[in-house]
Amino acid sequence: MPHWLNLMIESLPSLLWACLVFTVPLTLLSFVFGLSLGLVAAITRLFAPRPLGALVRFYVWIIRGTPLLVQLFLIFYGLPSVGIVIDAFPAALIGFTLNIGAYTSEIIRAVLLAVPKGQWEAAYSVGMTWPQAMRRTILPQAARIAVPPLSNTFISLVKDTSLAAAITVPELFRAGQRIVATSYEPLILYVEVALIYLVVSSVLSSLQGQVEKRLSRYGGSIEEAS
Amino acid sequence: MIALDNIEKRFGDNLVLKGVSVEVTEAQVTALIGASGSGKSTLLRCVNLLELPQAGRVRIDDTEIRFVPGGKVDRTTMLALRRKTGMVFQNFQLFPHRTVVENVMEALVTVLKWPRDRARARAMELLDKVGMTFKAEAWPSSLSGGQQQRVAIARALAPAPLVLLCDEPTSALDPQLAIEVVEVLAQLAREGTTMLIATHDLRLAARIASNVVYLDGGKVVEAGLSQQVFGAPLDDRTRQFVSTLTGGGVAKDAG
Repeated sequence: MPHWLNLMIESLPSLLWACLVFTVPLTLLSFVFGLSLGLVAAITRLFAPRPLGALVRFYVWIIRGTPLLVQLFLIFYGLPSVGIVIDAFPAALIGFTLNIGAYTSEIIRAVLLAVPKGQWEAAYSVGMTWPQAMRRTILPQAARIAVPPLSNTFISLVKDTSLAAAITVPELFRAGQRIVATSYEPLILYVEVALIYLVVSSVLSSLQGQVEKRLSRYGGSIEEAS
Repeated sequence: MIALDNIEKRFGDNLVLKGVSVEVTEAQVTALIGASGSGKSTLLRCVNLLELPQAGRVRIDDTEIRFVPGGKVDRTTMLALRRKTGMVFQNFQLFPHRTVVENVMEALVTVLKWPRDRARARAMELLDKVGMTFKAEAWPSSLSGGQQQRVAIARALAPAPLVLLCDEPTSALDPQLAIEVVEVLAQLAREGTTMLIATHDLRLAARIASNVVYLDGGKVVEAGLSQQVFGAPLDDRTRQFVSTLTGGGVAKDAG
């Protein structure tokens, strides 16, 4: 067996372990929390009184205008100076959640606006309240349009979690770095790490296709049909 | 049973309704007719408060809301009033993510909290009434315009509203498809459904309305029994408008 293959196989278990225990949970948790935050932010910006909307705009402006890596450093290395000490994993989780919240709020805002106004009126006309119309009529239709852009964000997130290595979270990339430090084989190890990321994002992409298909089962929009 | 009193509605600087009063008699069909921009659709949308008037009074049954400029509207009363109405839209507005039968069930399940099987049974009855049971499990996008509008009528009737509001129900349909919708509305009229229909389709109005209100420039020009308004209109403007039905300009009422 060639040396490179041997090394790859030997290091695979610890890389997969890091992926399974840190990368995947970090991705899933920050996406779920971030998406919820993004939904609240989008609805606030669209429907809440002005001052609240301005607050959301400020949040989105800050997050989108500064590097994610800097945000992570601020939370993990910066905040202790003012007495707020957060462990590496929760610090990363907070950073990614804030990040995803900002980006998805813009997506959600756009797709909510993309549902025709007539659908609100139809929902109201059968007696629904605002929350009922939102939950039963607007969100399901918006969700369908949101799948491709949200999947994009999700797949980016999988890869972005490698930044958590910089604040000591022992996720996939950092696990690779550690092995490099003892084996002195950066090319082999980083190719292996890249391949694992590739496999994970490919699996997620195919999941996206399935979700999209499921949400699109009702065919074209009404306008197209008539 | 339904009374609109001195309704005023403006969009920005544009005063669309200039103090309109209309009464709708129970178990009868009232048609709001008039040219585009006469305010008939806006008036109809003031009944279920999709548009909020700046001034005037809307009463349905024993629920009433008075509007004063700059005043706040009580949400509970607004919802109570709206739930006494059902509405049919020009472009149908079925819920595209729900099947035909689910569209009709939606208000029963979500608003009235009926159990699903009871809601489904009621929905199937209504679909039968509009001749659409054979498409109960289809998606709205697979239906013709006329079929969509018939489902929309069933959806509007599901919570047993006191009045069915129809906003240009046939205007988005070509003549053949409009016929099937007119048939359904005529049947409902015979059964004593109270309806208020905004339309510029005079054939539809003449066929099913017993009362007609002619609006022009945001005001009621003439109101009365259908035969009288169409047969012997008192006002010159009305006469000119209904002449498209009685002779001369047949081609004009195609839209």
